[in-house]
Amino acid sequence: MLAQFLQFAMSGLTVGAVYGIVALGFTLIYNASGVMNFAQGEFVMIGGMVTVSAVGAGVPLPLAALIAVIVAASVGVLLQRLAIEPVRDAPPVVLIIITVGAALVIRGVAQIVFGKQLHKLSDFSGDTPLAFLGASILPQALWVLAGTVLIVTLVWLFLNLTMLGKALIATSANRLAAKLVGINISFILALAFALSAVIGAAAGILVTPITFTYAEVGTLLALKGFAALVLGGLGSPLGAVIGGLLLGLSEAFAAGYLSSTYKDAVALLLMIAVLLLRPGGILGHAGAERV
Amino acid sequence: MTLHKSLAIAAGLLMGATSLFGGAQAQDIKVGAVLSVTGPGAFLGDPADKTLRMYVDEINAKGGVKGRKLQLVIYDDGGDAGKARTFATRLVEEDKIVAMVGGSSTGTTMAMVPIFEEAQIPFISLGGAVVIIEPVKKFVFKTPHTDRMACEKIFTDLKQRNLTRIALISGTDGFGKSMRDQCAAVNAKYGVEILAEETYGPRDTDMTPQLTNLKAKAGVQAVINPGFGQGPAIVTRNFRQLGFAVPLYQSHGVASKQYIDLAGDAANGVRLPAAALLVADKLAASDPQKAVASAYATKFQTITKEPVSTFGGHAFDGLMILVGAMERGGFDPKVIRDEIEKTKGLIGTAGVFNMSASDHMGLDLSAFKMLEIRNGDWALAE
Repeated sequence: MLAQFLQFAMSGLTVGAVYGIVALGFTLIYNASGVMNFAQGEFVMIGGMVTVSAVGAGVPLPLAALIAVIVAASVGVLLQRLAIEPVRDAPPVVLIIITVGAALVIRGVAQIVFGKQLHKLSDFSGDTPLAFLGASILPQALWVLAGTVLIVTLVWLFLNLTMLGKALIATSANRLAAKLVGINISFILALAFALSAVIGAAAGILVTPITFTYAEVGTLLALKGFAALVLGGLGSPLGAVIGGLLLGLSEAFAAGYLSSTYKDAVALLLMIAVLLLRPGGILGHAGAERV
Repeated sequence: MTLHKSLAIAAGLLMGATSLFGGAQAQDIKVGAVLSVTGPGAFLGDPADKTLRMYVDEINAKGGVKGRKLQLVIYDDGGDAGKARTFATRLVEEDKIVAMVGGSSTGTTMAMVPIFEEAQIPFISLGGAVVIIEPVKKFVFKTPHTDRMACEKIFTDLKQRNLTRIALISGTDGFGKSMRDQCAAVNAKYGVEILAEETYGPRDTDMTPQLTNLKAKAGVQAVINPGFGQGPAIVTRNFRQLGFAVPLYQSHGVASKQYIDLAGDAANGVRLPAAALLVADKLAASDPQKAVASAYATKFQTITKEPVSTFGGHAFDGLMILVGAMERGGFDPKVIRDEIEKTKGLIGTAGVFNMSASDHMGLDLSAFKMLEIRNGDWALAE
């Protein structure tokens, strides 16, 4: 019983951690700029794809991962500079559609550069499962969980303890006021995109050995990440991560204890229930409008 | 995806323009193909796309069919059944093709069937499921083995190993669902009992909860995984992760080297029914398929520098059946249909085709080989 429970929980946490990081990426950009960036899943794809290609070309894994993160950050900044910045005052719907378009472009380019097939990356520390109270857990799942904790901690420290992070929070609270106290808004917005791309790419690198990667892997991740975001509460970084984990766990437990056929339905029902009880999401403020 | 699509549209417009302006291509015979060259079904459509281009070029270089050159019109549906339908309409109404070889998956094929039936243009599908040809549709044929045959081949193998109580874990995609239904329909005939069943979504990334449940079920002697794409590779890895010790069977839906690459060491010991093409070099010299399969495998690998998969082979078989029919009957779609139905003894990569009015695939169980993956390579299990 316990073994089964642990097995389901591990599955849910691993999958949910990735949803959570995607949701966190959404939140960072949304808070800073009010844009819902639907190219968020593409950062995860870039992270995985670039690492796979670099490793394939003989680059050692840590260096390949670093390259992938840098590529993703550059794409993030370019996205902000070329697609969002020129139309910064456009209504949110227009900005959202621009990010959807950007996602399609990134996916198309990835298909040409990396090919259309599925790619895989070797597990970081072997694929011999570890036995834990009767459940067998892949070392890579521990990498994903540890990586998620590290990413969330670093983001928290950055936002709360550094001047730049505080400038980001200030920008999201009141852009005009932030500008008046001398914060370089344009730089902060680019930073938010870069940061969000970096954590997305990091998640992509960590999870590729388990899930494989392909040019269109981002579509589903963006969808699930968005669901996690709504579940956790729009605008709350911690809520985003909690929402992701909850979504992953509900999928895994539904598949394990109820029926694998209806697991997605269960996850959606959970979402509806939470939104009925707390319209703002678990950690969100009901009715809070950020413009 | 968009870039490819817009390229395809641009190419389509260009083709339209050239045919408007002149008779240069008026003599060419147009053969259509709607394939899933990109998207989750890319591993099906991509080799088929390369195969068709490669062999149409070869046929044209040798003087074409009855002195007329073939012109391929290929559209990429990205795995989307809705798009496939739109492109099929375009092939019929604007491109005026005489026949079509394509439809990479069961889902896209079934979406296109009504269009070809109505237009009375022969449609040789590359989809796997039996629903494509059963009940028989006048203008629809297919070249890959059916999912029912895969179930039958697996059950035959199970009986030989004295394993009769099994569990199923199937994908919820068209192929996975259809093969699951077929296995559940013919199991009694082979004395095989299905003790438990689980499913997963085609893009799911973790199937350990489902497999944990199957493992906990007492008495399961083997597990069958109907599905294609990334799902079966993840199932295979999760299966080994959980230390599930019974034999695992996959379907012909994973019969490409990519599956072995993705699943890695976990794939060793997995059995699956597949076309002889995968083991062309290991076939006995007396095997009638050896020559055809080896020639195709060599050509594909030389030109594309990619490992051969049965999915490209199905396109090859489809094209050869079509070319044979045109050689015999000419270029009227209705005559081509009649001639395709008369195909007899045609040796393809999937087996020997003997079509008839009641059998629009023409393969029997002998066309399937039971393969086992050993040391990361295909081997004949029997």
